[in-house]
Amino acid sequence: MTLITTTIPAPEAPHYHPTGVMKSEWTKIRSVRSTTWTILVTIVLTIGIGIIATATEASRWAHASPGDKLSFDPTNVSLTGLLLGQLAIGILGVLAISAEYGTGTIRSSLAAVPNRKMFLAAKAGVFAAVALVVGEIASFGAFFIGQMLIGGGAPHATLAQGGVLRAVAGGGLYLAVLGLLALGLGTIIRHTAGAIAAFVGVLLILPLLTPALPLSFQNAISKFEPVNIGGAMTAVKPSAIHGSVMPFSPWVGMAILAGYAAIALAVGGYRMVRRDA
Amino acid sequence: MIEVTGITKRYGETVAVDDLSFDVKPGQITGFLGPNGAGKSTTMRMIMGLDMPDAGEAKVNGVPYRGLAWPLREVGALLEANAIHPGRSARNHLLQLAQTNDIPPSRVDEVLDVVGLASVATKRAGTFSLGMGQRLGIAAALLGDPSVLLFDEPINGLDPEGIRWVRNLLKGLGREGRTVFVSSHLMSEMALTADHLVVIGRGRLIAEMPVAEFIAQSSQQFVRVRTPQANLFKEAMSSSGATVVQEEDGALSVAGVSAELIGDIAFEQRLTLHELSPQMASLEEAFMELTQDSVDYRGEGGFSADPHLTHNNDPADAGTKVSTR
Repeated sequence: MTLITTTIPAPEAPHYHPTGVMKSEWTKIRSVRSTTWTILVTIVLTIGIGIIATATEASRWAHASPGDKLSFDPTNVSLTGLLLGQLAIGILGVLAISAEYGTGTIRSSLAAVPNRKMFLAAKAGVFAAVALVVGEIASFGAFFIGQMLIGGGAPHATLAQGGVLRAVAGGGLYLAVLGLLALGLGTIIRHTAGAIAAFVGVLLILPLLTPALPLSFQNAISKFEPVNIGGAMTAVKPSAIHGSVMPFSPWVGMAILAGYAAIALAVGGYRMVRRDA
Repeated sequence: MIEVTGITKRYGETVAVDDLSFDVKPGQITGFLGPNGAGKSTTMRMIMGLDMPDAGEAKVNGVPYRGLAWPLREVGALLEANAIHPGRSARNHLLQLAQTNDIPPSRVDEVLDVVGLASVATKRAGTFSLGMGQRLGIAAALLGDPSVLLFDEPINGLDPEGIRWVRNLLKGLGREGRTVFVSSHLMSEMALTADHLVVIGRGRLIAEMPVAEFIAQSSQQFVRVRTPQANLFKEAMSSSGATVVQEEDGALSVAGVSAELIGDIAFEQRLTLHELSPQMASLEEAFMELTQDSVDYRGEGGFSADPHLTHNNDPADAGTKVSTR
């Protein structure tokens, strides 16, 4: 009977290391169908909704009021699909960790990499890279296709115009950071359905509840909401921002959003280190 | 080498593992035996650094699991059947594990070959039977060519051919000088594969000894007797210190004396015997009885198993320990 016949070469490094763990995480994320599907859905939704939104706006152009014409932000309109793309990327982020708990592979993962901080950091790092690439493809794709569709005399945007590159690249970054927030929520909650519910709650349900607050609080609260941070990031004209919200400036908002993701990952990491696998 | 020292694990009020200590030595197969729910899996997870003990510590090759430089190259484990992402292929499942410990991808194909899954290496694990999942778990354990191996119920879900294959694999690993620790709730299986036994019940150590010794000590012998003069026979036996139990089919079970002595006494008393046959309680029964006691002593505060079989042979001590928790 052949048992362990060939001796495997001794490792060069003194200890298991983040590079190896990141290679492993890359294998994990690329080897399941759910990744392909959520990535496709993210890109298709972001670009698809962008197409619908820009086509609608363009068709209305001839009848639009002077005020509407003035506030028309072709960049922002073409990025409307990010509102749905963010849900798909969130599911990818949640699944990156919740699937480990759901299938029980977390045990073999942590047996191979007992340093749980290194494990989570490598997972978050690889996911962030994937999510950023996906987010930028979706955002730039929606922008370019959207601008091509704007006709009928309506102005379209180019990347050379002020604030446009920031809005489009920022849209992709927004998706990636939200994905990390979802990954953090998944690490805390461990269950796919629960974590997705929490993510959707933070993203979409919270903004529905703020109007119940006294008017004086509303803006103070709602400018901290991820969707409004994303809205500010993807707007070129301030008038494109909906409602009465006075948002943070794009990069301050992004720093706050990154803070949310960092807190969620830190809490999840703390629980992962302290609790049984 | 695995050293477990005084580990305790509580889940709320329940004590899953209670001050458990034992060593698992290289070059032999150590069976980890206990009824379902005895704390075997919890103990194995604590050895693997996955669950944190509330007290005590477990060491592998002299260090706590979390201190291992290359965990998969030192310890291989099959902890749960089918703990595999159903959408991932067998090869990718092993590849992602190999990459964490700088194990070359060629080794993945090698272990797939060893467990007989080479032909389905690219199939999604979700399509695998329980037995194939078990083989994939064993392949993962062998991946890093480790000196210490833990298998939690490795024959679950395997067909007879698969069971024989696992037995031979375990024996081979033991012969190669590795430390092999295998859990099972089946005494009969351990009698066939293991060299040494660690028996637990209710999270406590019941016995730790070579299998041969365990078998010799726990195989209760009794003698089956048929006689038309049952009452006279019982009377005659009572003076010899034997216990006689009337069976449902009319036969008598005599324990505590040899068949030879029974024959001699019957001859002296001029009793007719229609059957005189030495019997041996099955190993499984002996094990059931032993672990049943570990459940019972909780309520009674006494421990009634053969004191030679137990490290915890002071009933009063066992009783107070439980009641103070």
